[in-house]
Amino acid sequence: MSTGPIADLVVPKAGQNVWLVSLSAAAMAFLAVFALALSMSSARLADSWAQALSETATVRIAAQPDEIEAQTAQVLEVLRTTPGIAAATVMAQSDQAALLEPWLGPDLPLDMLPLPRLIEVTEFGGGPDRQGLRLRLAAEAPGAVYDDHTRWRRPLVQAASRLQSFALLSLVLIGGVMSAIVTLAASVALSANRQVIRVLRLVGARDRFIARAFVRRISRRALAGAAGGTALGMAALLALPDPGSAVPVLAGIGFHGLSWLWPLSIPALTFVLAWASSMATAFHVLRGVT
Amino acid sequence: MISLEGVSHDYGGGALFRDVTVQLEPGSFYFLTGPSGAGKSTFMKICYGELKPSTGTVTLLKRDLASMTRDDLAQARERIGVVHQDCSFLDHLTLEQNVALPLTATGRPISDSDLEDLMGWVGLTDRADAKPPTLSGGERQRAALARAIVAGPSVLLADEPTGNLDWEMSQRLLMLMIELNRMGTAVLIATHDLNLIRFAKAQVQARVIRIAGRTLQLAGAEL
Repeated sequence: MSTGPIADLVVPKAGQNVWLVSLSAAAMAFLAVFALALSMSSARLADSWAQALSETATVRIAAQPDEIEAQTAQVLEVLRTTPGIAAATVMAQSDQAALLEPWLGPDLPLDMLPLPRLIEVTEFGGGPDRQGLRLRLAAEAPGAVYDDHTRWRRPLVQAASRLQSFALLSLVLIGGVMSAIVTLAASVALSANRQVIRVLRLVGARDRFIARAFVRRISRRALAGAAGGTALGMAALLALPDPGSAVPVLAGIGFHGLSWLWPLSIPALTFVLAWASSMATAFHVLRGVT
Repeated sequence: MISLEGVSHDYGGGALFRDVTVQLEPGSFYFLTGPSGAGKSTFMKICYGELKPSTGTVTLLKRDLASMTRDDLAQARERIGVVHQDCSFLDHLTLEQNVALPLTATGRPISDSDLEDLMGWVGLTDRADAKPPTLSGGERQRAALARAIVAGPSVLLADEPTGNLDWEMSQRLLMLMIELNRMGTAVLIATHDLNLIRFAKAQVQARVIRIAGRTLQLAGAEL
């Protein structure tokens, strides 16, 4: 007879509080998967928005109909000779209509509207000297405005960063709640088994042995629950309907490639958290049991 | 091994016993007697540190009980085998697992053959896989004794270890304790059973102490 297996059995299996730990760990792990996915997606989104917008700019030309072609040609010439500009393309009327369609609807009589002419600019190598370019454009084509998207980019990146902060905060809160539940469950389990503790003490068991006997059971339950919750959360993410490119923000929520390995750390972290919380609780309770 | 010096113990309403001084030396054999309610069980609990005395000094295996931490006490109990009057077990474990508990709880190896021999000595081989709630009073006492001696203690404290046993089984268990004593284990048995004391005195040099009138006295000369 080896001491190991019996050491695992010295605490009775029965007890609803242990099932509470499993259930709570499963629910918390499920939520943690989503919080982690949201955190990673928002970080990815912030990067991609920042990158995409930082390499593009738009020149908007608002001029009288009889002047617009001349000003467009002048702007294109200025852009062609400006260092840091890779390409400049006048946006086709059909593309402008597509941009406005979500707000103004289809069949837009674009000819009837006094829309500005738009030139898409692709930058490279840190882009042009924006201040100098603006001055040149003001001199050559007074109706042209160079927009490097800074005013769009900054709030978008800020929003994505804040979303990531909220997601990380959610992970911390989930960990805190899990820790509290484990602490409560450990405390209840120890209190309900005072007779077991007394017998173990009388046969020479040290606090460390007694605490481990309880902690092992609770931590394993937490691990099993968290593994189930994580699997469920990952399955739910996989089952999310693909909204396609129409809603790019939603399409980005989830994990990509190797980042699918990240949620696998949730059960391990839950186990460590449950172990630490229940061990601290056990020693605290055992101090009060003579 | 265990010594009590000037020990008194109060139970709210007054002193249970006063100024008790006794030394349990290695290889000694003591019987503790006294009327019900005199404080025999309390005396035993003080001897293994479950209770701390109101006044006086208790030394367990050369350590002052008052300054011992819980782990110190656990370490001392590795060498003190105790048969409690209430014979508490872990009800969800089998009898054999309960008997092996002092070894399990202290991480010491368990020899299957030694365990089987011990279970045979106390007549519980057939009940090895039974759960404690299904045992009779006598079986519980025999199991409690087996658990107390499984780790080869330096001191054996037994509170009414034969109270529910027939005479034949009482003698058998007493012989087991006498054998342990011959191998150097100090033994203290609290009992009402004068026949048991007479039987033991014929086998071993046993001293009898008695709690009466709130004091501890040497007794048993007439037995």
